[in-house]
Amino acid sequence: MTPQRRKRLYLVLGIVAGVSVATALALSAFRQNVTFYFIPTEVAAGAALGDQSFRLGGMVTAGSVRRVPGSLQVSFVLTDFKHNVPVTYSGVLPDLFREGQGVIAHGHLDAHGVFVADEVLAKHDEKYMPPKIAGTAPTARGGS
Amino acid sequence: MLPELGHFALVLALVLAALQAFFGIVGPALGRDRWAAATTSAVAGQFVMVATAVGILVYAFVNFDFSVLYVAENSNSALPLMYRIAALWGAHEGSLLLWIFLLAVWTLAVAIASRNLPERFAARVLGVLGVLSFGFLLFTLATSDPFRRLIPAAADGRDLNPLLQDPGLAVHPPVLYTGYVGLAVAFSFACAAMLEGRMDPDWARWTRPWTTAAWAFLTCGIALGSWWSYYTLGWGGYWEWDPVENASFMPWLVATALIHSLAVTEKRGLFKSWTLLLAILAFSLSLLGTFLVRSGVLVSVHSFAADPSRGRFILAFLGLVIGGALTLYAWRAPLLKSNAGFDLLSRESFLLFNNILLVVAAATVLGGTLAPLIADTFGQSSLSVGPPYFRPTFLLAVIPLLLLLSVGVHANWKRGHLEAAVRPLLVTLVVAGLLGAAVVFGAYGGRHALAIIGFGIGSWIILSSLLDPVDRLRRHLSLSRAVLGMTLAHIGLAVAVIALTGVESYTSESDIALAAGASAQVGGYDFKLIGTQPIEGANYNAIRATVIVTRDGQPITTLYPESRTFWVQQQTRKVAGIYNRHGTDLFIALGDDLGAGRWSFRAQIRPLITLLWLGPLFMALGGALALSDRRYRMARAAARAAPPGARGEAY
Repeated sequence: MTPQRRKRLYLVLGIVAGVSVATALALSAFRQNVTFYFIPTEVAAGAALGDQSFRLGGMVTAGSVRRVPGSLQVSFVLTDFKHNVPVTYSGVLPDLFREGQGVIAHGHLDAHGVFVADEVLAKHDEKYMPPKIAGTAPTARGGS
Repeated sequence: MLPELGHFALVLALVLAALQAFFGIVGPALGRDRWAAATTSAVAGQFVMVATAVGILVYAFVNFDFSVLYVAENSNSALPLMYRIAALWGAHEGSLLLWIFLLAVWTLAVAIASRNLPERFAARVLGVLGVLSFGFLLFTLATSDPFRRLIPAAADGRDLNPLLQDPGLAVHPPVLYTGYVGLAVAFSFACAAMLEGRMDPDWARWTRPWTTAAWAFLTCGIALGSWWSYYTLGWGGYWEWDPVENASFMPWLVATALIHSLAVTEKRGLFKSWTLLLAILAFSLSLLGTFLVRSGVLVSVHSFAADPSRGRFILAFLGLVIGGALTLYAWRAPLLKSNAGFDLLSRESFLLFNNILLVVAAATVLGGTLAPLIADTFGQSSLSVGPPYFRPTFLLAVIPLLLLLSVGVHANWKRGHLEAAVRPLLVTLVVAGLLGAAVVFGAYGGRHALAIIGFGIGSWIILSSLLDPVDRLRRHLSLSRAVLGMTLAHIGLAVAVIALTGVESYTSESDIALAAGASAQVGGYDFKLIGTQPIEGANYNAIRATVIVTRDGQPITTLYPESRTFWVQQQTRKVAGIYNRHGTDLFIALGDDLGAGRWSFRAQIRPLITLLWLGPLFMALGGALALSDRRYRMARAAARAAPPGARGEAY
């Protein structure tokens, strides 16, 4: 083997090793760090286990938003028009959060089946519906 | 009448794009130089037609022509002039038209600048660009006509999405799109080289300025989007690893790899097929980004057009363009062999590692972005990938990249002798580490000691990049703009690294509930609510809060965060109150009326965030400086000086 070739071999081996390590680490990061996304029907069917965090998508039920006056505590009900999940959240709600609007919340279920959210996301688009709900919703749409 | 003319102009543009593609690709293939020469006329004609269409749509917006569906849906009689113009790219149809217009502008620029290039080669570049124009024009006319009439005309429009009624958003899409579309030029140069079956250092010299320009625009566009999301949408978040953010970031990573790989191809005639592959990949990723945004297959804050027929069209187009280019690559790339060797510690090696790491970074982002889609296909529709995945995997590729950068700028072409650089590199490394430690322990009391790594790496890149230029200045040697540009861009990257470290480590954030007269402390600053009052804007009503910020009893500033409710769509948008103090942002956004006289607020103290906007600006300016280098003007002059007959033969 010429020195030139040996050098090239080292280079290729180095690259292969680097890329494999990177892939392995990426895959393990992936396995540890993906979050699950459920809709109320799946939650009702027991898809969420224990106090594991997940994302919950649904429409905010009209008339369900309640506040403790003067505090950041707010509660509302997310629905996919088949099942409902009560949600509590402490903090500032996003601009597009409204009753009848689709939102995605991140958090976990407590012992009473209440979803304790640490983050609530609403969408740019008022026509937006969370994934898996779009097909099931009644056609009526309020607002503008 | 005018909108119909606009539609007609687009149809003519489609025909001209077809001619441009035909003359540009078939002409040189059959050796018919007169056909090839006709390409330029088609380019000019197409540009005029597309510009006419854009002009007509802008005219319709400015003059409130609510008989045009797109105008009626995205404008309103109360909308200020600036946003009536920006409304052009406020939704799907218009932003597609903007895309086509920018492609026409780039194509025209290439046509003008390439008068000095070998004729056949230039025709081929323009021909490939014609194929792309044709595809996008067909897409517009078939699925997304912006000139569709609304009969009877609406009495008033439904208004532009309030989130888009903001100066930052008025400029973010055009700049980002200019970058996206600019990658089409690099793509076309690559395809033209493969059609020619040859590629030499001249090719790289012609392609480099275009790629650098597109990259600089992309850099600015991404930074502008991040800035906009910081002060409106994201409640102080500047990067969420949202699919659409990723869609702009992946082409940027690959384009960054491409400008480095082009350097090797130009200087040493190496990495030829790799450079071609990167050019194809960069543009493919920008098309993929368009597909992800337009089709609504991925859930994102940005996706405004969830229409499956559009998604299918773009997917088919994507398949054709990428598939076509890769087929061409498989067929022609083996012709482009390079035989020069290089040492392990030569500059070529470092640039090779740069490329590998950048592509690995892009691949991890791509994997995370597409994973929910792939899982969905296999019936696992419950997967959601967010920052916990992206952050560690991305850092994994980027930290070695940053470390290699400091060393790599001192490596020589071809030969691996780094001995002379070892001492200064070690000295700068120690100085940088001490600087990092000084900042962490001096300014932040030793919290988050890992931040030393970020600050240290950033400072090391700056110091190491400055070694050579300063040395040359001291010896009164000249510095080329290319080297200055590269140095500035590397410093910009380092500045962004330092900013990210500071912002991620030392941000204080809190949601607070305040009644008038009450105050809360966040990150050492006191936010005191004086009161709220209703105000009226051009096309919205707002609640404005008055908040006094003090530190240790000393008044710092008064902030006026607003919550604007726009008349037409009754949609609310926040405008945060931000005060910049020595590079640290004091940020407060107004939330909701909580009852009992109290309001919710989100208050943040974000140190070093100013540097986060300066970093990308330096990078883009560095790019601009590099592409104004004498060498590229010389390259053009040299091509001009070559005898006309020889030019046609050589290419």
